[in-house]
Amino acid sequence: MEVTISINGTPVTRDIEPRMLLVHFVREEAGLRGTHWGCDTSNCGTCTLWVDDTPVKSCTMLAAQADGHAVTTVEGLEKGGELDPVQKGFIECHGLQCGFCTPGMLMTGRWLLDNNPKPSEEEIREAISGQICRCTGYKNIVKSIQWAAENPAAVDQVESEVNA
Amino acid sequence: MTAVEEVPLSAAGNPIGFGSMKRVEDQRFVRGQGNYVDDVNLPGMLHSAILRSPFAHARIVSIDTSAAEALPGVVAVITGKILEGIPRPSLLGDNFAWMPTLSYDTQAVLATDKVRFQGQEVAFVIAENRYIAKDALELIDVEYEPLEPVMDAKRAMAPDAPVIRDDKGQTDNSITDVHGHKTWESGNAIGTAEAIAKAEADPNCVVVSEDIMYPRVHPAPMETCGSVAYLDKVTGQLTLYTTSQAPHAHRTVYAMVAGLPEQKIRVISPDIGGGFGNKVGVYPGYVLSIVGSIVTGKPVKWMEDRSENLMSTSFARDYHMSGKIAATKDGKIIAVDVDVLADHGAFNGVAQPTNFPAGFFHIFSGSYDYEFAHCKVTPVYTNKAPGGVAYACSFRITEAAYFIERMVDCLAQELDMDPAELRLKNLIKPEQFPYTSPTGWEYDSGQYEKTMRVAMEIAGYDELRREQAEKRARGEYMGIGISFFTEGVGAGPRKTMDILGLGMADGIELRVHPTGKAVLRISVQSQGQGHETTYAQIVAHELGIPPEDIDVVHGDTDQTPFGLGTYGSRSTPVSGAAAAVVSRKVKDRARIVAAAALECSPDDLEWELGRWYVKGDKERGKTIQEIALLSHSSLELPEGVEGQLDATAVYNPPNLTYPYGCYICVVDVDPGTGQVKVRRFIAVDDCGVRINPMIVEGQVHGGLADGIGMALMEVIAFDNDGNCLGGSFMDYLLPTAIECPDWELGETVTPSPHHPIGAKGVGESATVGSPAAVVNAVIDAISPFGVRHADMPLTPANVWRAIQGRPVRVDMAVE
Repeated sequence: MEVTISINGTPVTRDIEPRMLLVHFVREEAGLRGTHWGCDTSNCGTCTLWVDDTPVKSCTMLAAQADGHAVTTVEGLEKGGELDPVQKGFIECHGLQCGFCTPGMLMTGRWLLDNNPKPSEEEIREAISGQICRCTGYKNIVKSIQWAAENPAAVDQVESEVNA
Repeated sequence: MTAVEEVPLSAAGNPIGFGSMKRVEDQRFVRGQGNYVDDVNLPGMLHSAILRSPFAHARIVSIDTSAAEALPGVVAVITGKILEGIPRPSLLGDNFAWMPTLSYDTQAVLATDKVRFQGQEVAFVIAENRYIAKDALELIDVEYEPLEPVMDAKRAMAPDAPVIRDDKGQTDNSITDVHGHKTWESGNAIGTAEAIAKAEADPNCVVVSEDIMYPRVHPAPMETCGSVAYLDKVTGQLTLYTTSQAPHAHRTVYAMVAGLPEQKIRVISPDIGGGFGNKVGVYPGYVLSIVGSIVTGKPVKWMEDRSENLMSTSFARDYHMSGKIAATKDGKIIAVDVDVLADHGAFNGVAQPTNFPAGFFHIFSGSYDYEFAHCKVTPVYTNKAPGGVAYACSFRITEAAYFIERMVDCLAQELDMDPAELRLKNLIKPEQFPYTSPTGWEYDSGQYEKTMRVAMEIAGYDELRREQAEKRARGEYMGIGISFFTEGVGAGPRKTMDILGLGMADGIELRVHPTGKAVLRISVQSQGQGHETTYAQIVAHELGIPPEDIDVVHGDTDQTPFGLGTYGSRSTPVSGAAAAVVSRKVKDRARIVAAAALECSPDDLEWELGRWYVKGDKERGKTIQEIALLSHSSLELPEGVEGQLDATAVYNPPNLTYPYGCYICVVDVDPGTGQVKVRRFIAVDDCGVRINPMIVEGQVHGGLADGIGMALMEVIAFDNDGNCLGGSFMDYLLPTAIECPDWELGETVTPSPHHPIGAKGVGESATVGSPAAVVNAVIDAISPFGVRHADMPLTPANVWRAIQGRPVRVDMAVE
């Protein structure tokens, strides 16, 4: 079947099997490999992207279900060569180590701030509770999203600095 | 110790040396531009899938692949029979159906005679895409004759137990190491037994016995294991992109397995989505992707799914420990003895150093000063997945630390003594270092009491105990758990430590280009540790070159010197030391060049960060960048000096390093439901000098979450039919942001005296130290119910059963 999915503003039309998962469409058909595949059971959330501005675990959604919809992936966060504050926050606050869960965490973090610009720590933890990170113990992910909340208009490139 | 504020900053704002520099790696990861194995797509690449056994123990009667082969899009179907027919010019077996493990055992690549665990590899399908490959699995008809599965290590020991490894001509399920031993002992057996017997007879002493199990868990990195293999038949070059924590060691194993010349094998570990030990072993899937490329002439990708990862790749732990601890009634520990039954699964796939078949478990005597300790470890085969190195264990130190820290708490309960007071009474004192432990380790340095006091102060320990007493009076169950651990990491000295005969020293290469920019090529492989950042900091610290001017190359055997890889917290202790040593070689060479340029003797020069200058005339000097250019110039150098600054080194550590720490966990337990809430967690680590404190703290955070997971929710359990009950993330539970508290960290810094920069390594400290703190806290909370021990994971059901006095085996569905 033929589907057309707008990914980060670019329509992608492909003739696919009806059973193709959205995560495989994004990775293999659209060639955007920032969205990762982790568990097949909606538990780990590394495949999280947005369908029409709502976070979705793309390993448990068919590409066919996204036909005609707009998908946003981690590659769509950077605007005009400028990192999103959430992306900057993850660099500033060491919110990632191996980087595998990071794209999904970024998408949830951005969505949370779009809907709740000043979330509490509990609200951040709740928002990312459907996603697993094996490296960070979550503390610095929470801090990264808090950093982004506190720096919404940050336009400067992230600069390395020393935290004593 | 270099204080962070004293380090000069580069033009880019980075510390020229140690400090919390932001990570170089993050720029690509936050953009979704990491390059993991599943992101590798080569022209003409085929995909694959593995048919796995539904049975834990069964004889294979027949395999019919004809329907699968007929499916459009299927390129080839490979079975064990086909592999048996491929001769292998190798010392390690004569065909491709079996491969060596890292412990001198053999493991089936594809089963030929029997399947020996649920999820074992039976057939391999190569197809145009992964959907077709999975479809084809459904069309393969395997006839099995089920056999009794052996799912319990104790059952495996029974004389009438089915023999699992009949392929090796075994008549029982014992495991024999390369030296011919069936059990592995350490320490003073007679002295320990006598000391315990004497204590038992002495009214002023106590002896506490406890059976403690560390159940089977899985490292479960976010990225599963996989590989892309391409054998170019014209050049004979095999390129393997793979999820490997040890690309060089893997290359050598593939040379042995495939019989390919090693110079024709290039192993590339691109970005790795977490390892935690899971990516140390060589798995059949990797070998099958190579075989697939040999058969098809095209690149073949194999990428396992989550269930395959949890059910077939390297597990961790599965140690049944029966311990005894003897002490005086005023709390001085006299002796500890432990008898371990070790469940190794169907193939002995552990990756311990050859002379240490039980890893470094014999560090179980812990952080305490006493004379007598002894352990005996008996390994057995069972019908479970093979492996056993994994999950941030520092070679079985996780089991050891958990054991001793639980035993000390059991002793405290028996003596009715505060567990903090008991530990303080027995900790090794600073003046005793270097300290020879009762099982022969030489702990390098430590200020144990100081570290413990820091943790108690952050926790507000006395206030917590007061709060607990008040709550108990109200019928509320709060618990405080302490763990004090010592690790031995950085394996290791070549004289005693090797894996498959490969000594555990690591090579390194530093090139300084004419413009003063540098490239460091390292043997170890990051799985998230941030080597591209911290190794540049080590060179910056030694040479004064800004870290942004230093590129760190890793994960490609054609681009880097040989080394054993990243596991057992060995990167910083071994390869990090190599980075300092090779930088010092460059510095020494630079001194000769600078002396030639300044027309003085090298002895007349003094070093300040980034510059050699003439003693007494600080204005007369050359920066490392100037020297780099001079080293390439026509400047006349003393006879025998070849020019250029590039250097190589191999670091053979003189001893392990011994990071340690004190952790305190505070929990609230609902006795009605058994629910445990971790309210606070205090972690004070001493890992020696910290290269990048931000990264060190991140490593600790992650390990603490591991500890919460193992203590409260993670277990790979089985039923008596051999079914794995932890085969997906719906069954194998991992901690989320909800279960993890806001970690409270502290530090002390006691440099390692023998490491060039005083660093000790920290990657596994928190995973080693934290489970005992959580369990001790839970047991402390429910001790009013008469509970002295309960096995992990302390799920609500298991806590509730412990409170009811009806504990059950946590690793078996049916006892």
